[in-house]
Formats: sequence, structure tokens, C-alpha cells
Amino acid sequence: MAMQKKNQFVWKRKHLLGLRNLRPEEIEHILDTAAGFEQISTRSIKKAPTLRGKVVVNLFFEDSTRTRISFALAANRLSADVIDFTKKSSSVSKGETLLDTAKNLEAMGIDTVVIRHSAGGVPKFLSKNISSSVVNAGDGFDEHPTQALLDVYTIRQMRGSLKGLKIAIVGDIAHSRVARSDIWAMTKLGAEVTLVGPPTLMPAAVKQLPVRVSYSLDDIIEELDVINMLRIQFERLGSNPFPSVKEYSHYFGLTVERMKRAKDDIIVMHPGPINRGLEIESEVADGKNSVILQQVKNGLAVRMAVLFLVNQGAAMRQKVKAKSQKRKA
Amino acid sequence: MGDLLIKNGHVIDPANNIDQLCDVLIIEGEIAEVGEVSKSCPKTIYAEGKLVVPGLIDIHVHFREPGDEEEETIVSGSNAAVAGGFTSVVCMPNTDPPIDDATSVEYAHRMGRQARKTHIYVMGAITKDRAGEQLAEMGFMAAAGAVGFTDDGTGLQDTAMMLRALKYTSMLDNVVISQHCQDNSLAGAGVMNSGYNSTILGLPGIDPLAEEMMLWRDIQLVKKTNMRYHAQHISTANSVELIRQAKAESLPITCEVTPHHLLLTDEACSDYDTNHKVNPPLRTDKDIAALRQAVAEGLIDALVTDHAPHLQSEKELEFLAAPFGIASLECALGLYVKALISTGVIDWPGLIRLMSTDPAKIIRVDKGTLGKGKQADVTIIDPKAEYTVDVNDFKSKSKNCPYNGWRLKGKVDYTIVGGEIRYSAKENAAAN
Repeated sequence: MAMQKKNQFVWKRKHLLGLRNLRPEEIEHILDTAAGFEQISTRSIKKAPTLRGKVVVNLFFEDSTRTRISFALAANRLSADVIDFTKKSSSVSKGETLLDTAKNLEAMGIDTVVIRHSAGGVPKFLSKNISSSVVNAGDGFDEHPTQALLDVYTIRQMRGSLKGLKIAIVGDIAHSRVARSDIWAMTKLGAEVTLVGPPTLMPAAVKQLPVRVSYSLDDIIEELDVINMLRIQFERLGSNPFPSVKEYSHYFGLTVERMKRAKDDIIVMHPGPINRGLEIESEVADGKNSVILQQVKNGLAVRMAVLFLVNQGAAMRQKVKAKSQKRKA
Repeated sequence: MGDLLIKNGHVIDPANNIDQLCDVLIIEGEIAEVGEVSKSCPKTIYAEGKLVVPGLIDIHVHFREPGDEEEETIVSGSNAAVAGGFTSVVCMPNTDPPIDDATSVEYAHRMGRQARKTHIYVMGAITKDRAGEQLAEMGFMAAAGAVGFTDDGTGLQDTAMMLRALKYTSMLDNVVISQHCQDNSLAGAGVMNSGYNSTILGLPGIDPLAEEMMLWRDIQLVKKTNMRYHAQHISTANSVELIRQAKAESLPITCEVTPHHLLLTDEACSDYDTNHKVNPPLRTDKDIAALRQAVAEGLIDALVTDHAPHLQSEKELEFLAAPFGIASLECALGLYVKALISTGVIDWPGLIRLMSTDPAKIIRVDKGTLGKGKQADVTIIDPKAEYTVDVNDFKSKSKNCPYNGWRLKGKVDYTIVGGEIRYSAKENAAAN
């Protein structure tokens, strides 16, 4: 049934920079495509020839294990050549500028750049300056679109649809690219999203986002269908957004005690890596409601879909361009 | 020095209440006569349909010399200034090393004289190295000709230090303390206005309060010291309110605005175009409306550019990493026409008052007037001429200008400094 929808829709984008500007049907199309790819991972030969001859570069300027490996594996399964480039620095450190790095890679004939960077806007910046497809693997506090896609994919897998579901995203919203992408993806697919966390970790204009805000997890825990726990980012604690981790856990941690008041079938998510015992207790993270590992598994299918689609979008643009050039000639 | 006659122009000289068709005669570099001049002059500019105004004065520019000559020098900045119609500019002290002693002030003056384009004035630093810790030698700098003091680039954070600076300089004649109002503890690592756009872009924001808190604090200090104080580039609706109250109390406070805060909002950052990264940051439509209203009400004393040149290679970075600043000296007049005249906020005499007459008063120089016997700094403007901004035509060394490609009205035809034609649009076009 998913495949039927897919046939009616033509994907045209060459880049995946974020979800904010995507239409709901575009998001659904990625999910449908991912569903098609999911079964490849269950075959004995886990490979499809879809991107044979294409080159994908993983350009990671920030630490990442799961996202980088997931993208590499996704590209491998589609038979693309994959190059990993990890450099924990940026132009601030006065080395080669980002633009120079990207242009050099482009000169070697790269089809797709998967970029992770600590500065928001870098994927957009690259997309304007190089001719390869650009996939955002997380930029600053801006977006992390494939994480949100795998989140909604997982929810859809469990519930069939996000329409009308009550979802809470809990934690450091201000410094979370996952939260931003989740907000766009979940609300576009019809869920009601509530952001939960201390006011000091809410972004400036949170009231203008299409969400509700709550400073009390206890107030809303009972009504939730899905709860997505963000990790405490210790590197942000320097600005002292809350008095102590202990106090934070007390108000915003997902404890066994709190889970007793939640719906029986509440879906518990976490983008990882988990701080066990801080934002989520081990028993909950490993409990029957947790889909944390399912999320990781689905990430692979979603990233295969994204890599496939942006290459398709690039090819389509190439065709249109060639046609118009022919006409001019 | 040859004499010069400007014939049949529309002379606007707010200082002398002149707004009429007449002639301007310049003899020996000074204004000899404004009115109907019967005698002829071998050197005559026919200015039918043109505005003849006292030379424009920009009291807030960054010419980067010494230290960052690859971005701008006093020579290239001076060329840009006269192309923009400015016969005087005031350089900010955040050079490298900063202008924080008399020798540095004299150096800038000398480079300006050698450039022989526009008058170069200087504001010295309030504190040594602009570090906010120890007063700079403001007395010596004032004696060397500094027109005021500021740690611009940043605001002076320490309240006691600011109070001391205001007290100390109150013994000096004709200087003003000028402040980039921004409380760093509130601004943090912000790179754009804090609001809806910073929220969805995930970029750290600068709360409008950062500006307003320091402005409020300084107003309290001015009440105590009664020292002349100038608030630079105010950018928020609440800052306008603070200025309104201060002026109602007749405090010796003046303020300025820039073209970008009258024309652009933080939505312009949504493409992560670093040419829109500027400090104070671009705000919202509400702030633009309040600033324009303030101009209409006469609460603003000077229109400036905050011309802040930067290399393209520096601006071609991540939004977080790129430096703050917009270069706009050469198209400022057209931008102000667009923001204030085309919108009916003020008329031409009002604009000239804010771009020449009143800025001269803030820095206490005998300029901004076409009075008889004054040094002949004159700008001739074609108010109807339209043009497209092209950064490649800039005399400035830097092209970090978000207005590239904009269609503007109001073009400088001649810039005359001390009776000499230092810029002519016609000759400039021929040379290109």
C-alpha cells in the first residue's frame, strides 16, 4: 500500500538540508521509500546496485559514531563508493576554510556530500557553493533531518500514522537540532507536539513554534502517546542552565516511577547516546516501551532512502538542464 | 586654489534655513556667496535639477588602518567616502593596534591628509587597548584632535569604568563619549537577533535587552555627570523609548541609526548569508517602524553607515565564524532615500540635516553648513537619478554589501572638499 503512493509522487530535490521547508507528502515519500529499502537489510546479501558508480563522502566536522556509521552503511548497501572524512575543527581554527575543503572534494568528482558540522547553516552554505548533492547529517542547533525522519518512521511503524498522536520532546530544546527537525516532521505529519524542559533550555521564540510548551513532565505524562528524551549535553552545562544534574533529573528525568503514570503503550524514544540514570533510567531505556534500538535500525533504511532520493533528484535536474541546453543550441 | 561656481542648483542648507534655487560661489576654498551670483567663473558646475548641500558627514566608519589594510586603508576608505558624497568621516578606534594614544590619532589624521579626499576625524578609545580596564590618555588624544571617545566594536562593560570616563572627559572641551551599547553578559555568543528567526535557524541570538540595558545604564550615568553622550547605531524599539525619555529630560544625549537597521530584518539571515551578519544585529519590522518613527519625530541626531569592511574570504565562512559588519559607504545616500524619503518619513532638508548639519554638531566641528566664510565642503546630488548597486564598482577594498543588485534613487554627482572637486560621477564613469 505504501508502494502505491510512491508511484504517484516524483521526488525533485537534489539536497536534504532540513525538514522545515519540506511538504508533508515529501516527508511521507521518504518514509515510503525507506520502507521499500528496509527489507534489503533482512536478505542474506544485504546489497542493492542502486547507487553503483556513485561517490558519497561523509564529511564530519564533529564527533559522531552512530550517524556516521549509519550513513556509511547505507551508502554501502546501495553499492556507492564511500569516503569517510573526519576532521574535528573548523575555519575558526584558521586552517583550510570549509569552502576550500568542499571545493577540493568536489574537484575529485563527488556525487553526494553528507555533512555534519557544529555551525548551523553549513549544509545550506555548501549547497550554494558546490555542485554535489548535500545531505545534512546535523548542523549546529539547526536541523538533523535524518534523525527526525527515523523518529517518525519508527512511530509510523508502530502506530500506522502520526495523526492526532500526543508527543513530548523533553530536555535541552534550545541547543537541539534533533528537536527542531522533530518539531517540523511530527507536526507536518499531524502530531501534537509538546516541548518539555526548564525555561532556560527553551529557544527564544518558542511560543511562535507550532507546539505547546510545558515546564512540568508530571503535568502531561499521562496523556502522551510518545515521549522523546533528549540527552543532557554536558558541553552546554558551562552556561549553567540548571543548578545541578540531580535537580534536572528530578524534574525532567524519565524514571520508573513516572512511567507508572504513563499510558501502557507509550513509545519511549531517545536519539542517543544515552546518559543512563540522568535523563532516563536504565530500566526504562531497556524496558518494554523503549524503541531506542529500533530507531537505530530504522536509521539505516531512512538514510538509504535519502541517499537514493537526492541522487535521483540530482539526475533529474541534470536531465532538465541538458534538455534546456539542447533547446538553446 | 581655483574658484568654483555652482550655478542654478537647488540649495538645501538647514543650518542657514536655505531651501531654494540659487547659486553657490566658492573662492579660495571657502563659501563666498550663496544666492544669485552675477559674476562668472571659469570653473562652473551647472546644477539644474540637482541638490547642492553641505558636504555629507558620516560619524561612524571603520577604515581598518592600521592593522587590517587588506580590508580597507585610509586611502581606499577616503575614496569610498567621496564616492558616497561624504566630505568628512569619523574613524572608529578598533584598529590593530587600536587608536588609544595621541600618536595614533595623529597618524590617522596624517594618512587622511595624504589621501587628500575626505576630512578624516578620529574617535580615540576610552580605555587602553579597548580592554575596558584602564583609561586611555583621552586628554592627549583630545589635544591631538580626537573628536570623541569610544571603545566601539564593543561596549564598555564595567559600570564604574564608564562612570569614571564620563566624569574625566567632562573637563575636556568639545569631545563626546560614544558607546556601542551592548551588555556582553546578555549578548553572549549571539550572532543574530534573538527571536523567531534565530529559533528556527538554531543560531545563538542576541537579546534586544543587551543593547537596552547598557543604554539605560549609561543614561543613568549621564544624569549623574551631565557629560555629552552619543549612543551609536541604536536598533530596537525600546532603545527609541529610552532615547525619547532621555531627551524629554533634556539630557545631553544624541543617537544615530544605520541604513541596515532601517531597511533589513533578521529574516534576511535565514539564508545564512553572512553579509547580513552585523552588530547590533538586524532586528524586526516592529523595530524598523519604531526607528523610522523616531527619525520622523526628530529623536535621531545622525544617520551613519557603520561602514565595516571585511574580506570576502572572511565572510565566506560559517555564519557562526564570519565577522560582523556591512560595507555601505558608497550607497548610503541611496539607501537613506529609500528608507526615509521614498517612504515619506522625512523630506530632503530633513535628510541633509541628519547627514550633515546635526552630525557636525555632535562632533563639534565647524561644518555641515554653507555659511559665508566656511570651508567649502559641498555635495551635489542628483535626486532623480536611479542606479543599481554593483559592489565591483566600489572604491572600498571590501565588498561585503547586502545591497548588491539593489535599485536605488539619489546619486552623488560631485563631492567638493575645501573647494576642490574630489569626486565627479562623470569623470568616474569615464575612468571605468
